[in-house]
Amino acid sequence: MPTRSEITQAMRFEYGIRPDEVRFQGKLLDQLAGADPLDALLPVESTEARFVELGKLRALRQSMGGQADAFKQARRRLRRQGAIGAMRNLARMVQNPRGFRERLFAFWLDHFTVSPRRANEDYMLGAYLEEAIRPHISGRFSELLKAAVTHPSMLFYLDQNASTGPNSVAGQRHSRGLNENLAREVLELHTLGVGGPYTQVDVRQFAELLTGLGIGPEGMRFSPNRAEPGGEDIMGRQYGAARANISHIYEFLDDLAINPATATHLARKLVVHFIGPIERPALVADMAQAYLDSGGNLTSIYEVLINDPAAMAAEFPKVRPPFEYVATVLRALDFDAEGVLNASASGTRKLGKALEAMGQRPFKPSGPDGWPEAAESWITPPQLAARISWAGQAARTFADDRDPRTLMQNVLGDTAPEFLSFAVSGAETKWEGVALLLVSPSLMRR
Amino acid sequence: MTLSRRKFLIQSTVLGCSAAASPLLTPVTLAAAPGDNRLVVIILRGAMDGLGVVRPSGDADYARYRPSLAADNDMQDLDGFFALNGALKGLMPLWHAKELSFVQAVSTPYRDKRSHFDGQDLLETGSDDASGAPKSGQTGWLNRALGLLPDARQETAFSVGTARMLLLDGAQPYSSWSPGADLEMSPQTEALLAGIYADDPLFASSAEMALDLSAKTESMAGGRAGNAKALAAFTAARLNEETRIASFSIGGWDTHNNQNRNLARALKQLSDAILALKSGLGANWQRTTIMAITEFGRTARENGSGGTDHGTGGAMVMAGGALNGGHVFGQWPGLGELDLYQNRDLEPTDDVRRYLGWALRDLFGMEASALGSTVFPGVDMGDNVGIIA
Repeated sequence: MPTRSEITQAMRFEYGIRPDEVRFQGKLLDQLAGADPLDALLPVESTEARFVELGKLRALRQSMGGQADAFKQARRRLRRQGAIGAMRNLARMVQNPRGFRERLFAFWLDHFTVSPRRANEDYMLGAYLEEAIRPHISGRFSELLKAAVTHPSMLFYLDQNASTGPNSVAGQRHSRGLNENLAREVLELHTLGVGGPYTQVDVRQFAELLTGLGIGPEGMRFSPNRAEPGGEDIMGRQYGAARANISHIYEFLDDLAINPATATHLARKLVVHFIGPIERPALVADMAQAYLDSGGNLTSIYEVLINDPAAMAAEFPKVRPPFEYVATVLRALDFDAEGVLNASASGTRKLGKALEAMGQRPFKPSGPDGWPEAAESWITPPQLAARISWAGQAARTFADDRDPRTLMQNVLGDTAPEFLSFAVSGAETKWEGVALLLVSPSLMRR
Repeated sequence: MTLSRRKFLIQSTVLGCSAAASPLLTPVTLAAAPGDNRLVVIILRGAMDGLGVVRPSGDADYARYRPSLAADNDMQDLDGFFALNGALKGLMPLWHAKELSFVQAVSTPYRDKRSHFDGQDLLETGSDDASGAPKSGQTGWLNRALGLLPDARQETAFSVGTARMLLLDGAQPYSSWSPGADLEMSPQTEALLAGIYADDPLFASSAEMALDLSAKTESMAGGRAGNAKALAAFTAARLNEETRIASFSIGGWDTHNNQNRNLARALKQLSDAILALKSGLGANWQRTTIMAITEFGRTARENGSGGTDHGTGGAMVMAGGALNGGHVFGQWPGLGELDLYQNRDLEPTDDVRRYLGWALRDLFGMEASALGSTVFPGVDMGDNVGIIA
């Protein structure tokens, strides 16, 4: 039976208890050290390889036409890859004994939200997760920032690929110009925060600095002939005075990463995400200071967060969003990665529909600010109805022979509320007892 | 005594779990519904390009600012100066029947940072804070307006769709359900579930409403929460019963890129929603007003990729049989460089909240003074804008 502190940690910082798992030994922060065995178990196609595949697909269409079977088959394969990307993500959440690692990954993925609109972008998403986000969750934030902001998935999503310096060679020739989208969201969402020290003029100047950054046939590409000539003054410093080069963009992103406003913005977001909505200015200030003192190291900011007394408090003001909730339920039912990845295409589609009904269509938040944090945002009457219906089906399908009392002991130890113990024992059938456990606030809150 | 759902939610967040009884157990009194008029507020999330929808084609600067966006073969003349985006052609019969109007060059007080998210919060809270900074405990203006309706009950106001809407959040109770949603369980399971949720008001109140509304409404198989037509059809069915105020959202307005295609797609959703409301409401259409509002407008000039970036002054779209239709309201500021806000955006010449406030006054008899203090604090309501027939 798991101990109280194991349960608190699994609830607040991981995806709950998986009864048949050998729990990770060591401190929470130790989960972040070294390589993750799951990377080798669940390998993914690189961004580069995916661009090669897209190139082959284009060539097929050119040579055989859009109606040829060979083209359609190849396109189907790439489309299926897109769906597999989301399921692989879920498989990792379910399987990984280093749950904190997966939670941080999900946090940063949401911080750097992308939402594919076309089949190409859907296909590219899996590479964005594994190359732009996952390798950078415990190192320097500047590395994460640069990787995410310059990945083709982000360049598509925030229209950077459509932005051209109006006075550049390409801009003059095709009379194209700026698109501010990426510049604004990097400042507002990814770094300084909306209250940060920037103005509309800085947005504009940064958009000029970003010109040249786009997508070529082999992936991210910097095209000097699309870059706005001359330097840009952003927030009181000049960037890019010399010949247009991507290093000027990196230079500004490096400066943004260690701006004190960025430190505070990231600290506040982490506190709201992992602890709760109540303002904790002292904790936020300590985290921001540790971050700045370490030169922008993310592990330093996490260390202050998880050592705060609030981190192990037995109150759970947050609610797991649907995708997280699904992972928590599957873990409680002893699913593993294989079980998730073996889901049929129709099973995957059904899960997508269920998540949409719960209010979280995978990878489709309403904007680049990602998913809401407030508990109230996830338990509206129709959303809760969808959770109850889905969990009921999961219990009936996967746990009709499980003793709900044993399952509750294994998942909640001696933290189960009294009435919940009574209810799971008093249900008419085993599966209904399991369902009641799965839809209880104890499995949904964190 | 009526304790609101929201109060319990606040208590539960601040104090942890409270063991108070669910507020939804308050007995429903069969008082008369608060009048016969209906109001639907549609939030257009992502910043609708007001200049691309209600086009000032009589202003010579317009075509100059928008070389690739101003041309539109389907464009419909409205009043000789403004013309309607061709993607809304299907609404022209409403215009001719005086059931369609617009307001041009309006905005909330939000300025300068041009953030969707703060802009939408301000649109929904009705706050007077130009910085748009979110505050804890903020409530929606439509919820505060419910407090001025003497006979308002849970069913009087309806949030349609799965997502929580800040617009309707606050101390006054309201209903929330979505097309496609459904919940069934045996009476015993229901009783056990109620016990499990008893100490968690957020779960208790939502589950109770879910069971109640699932029994009362048809699940509309095939109706998807993300589909504006389904949302509108569901809304019309509620308005034909006891509901008088309803709200839902339509996304897809953030047209930085390839606006000709992307704006047409979003407008199709809006047009479908308005027409589905009209057909679903039947005779009640004559007592209905639809107001579609957005967080801000977009740049007067098109950007370098056939789109527009975040701006300031924008437009409202209104429809319904109760409307003073066939007008483009608002004072046109012009598009000259000195007329624009920061030589970039359409200058807002009026406050979107004044139009919303006068609609509430004319539809539900709310006092202008109470609207200016409780619903839209800080707004000078001024003279009646005259949008209701």
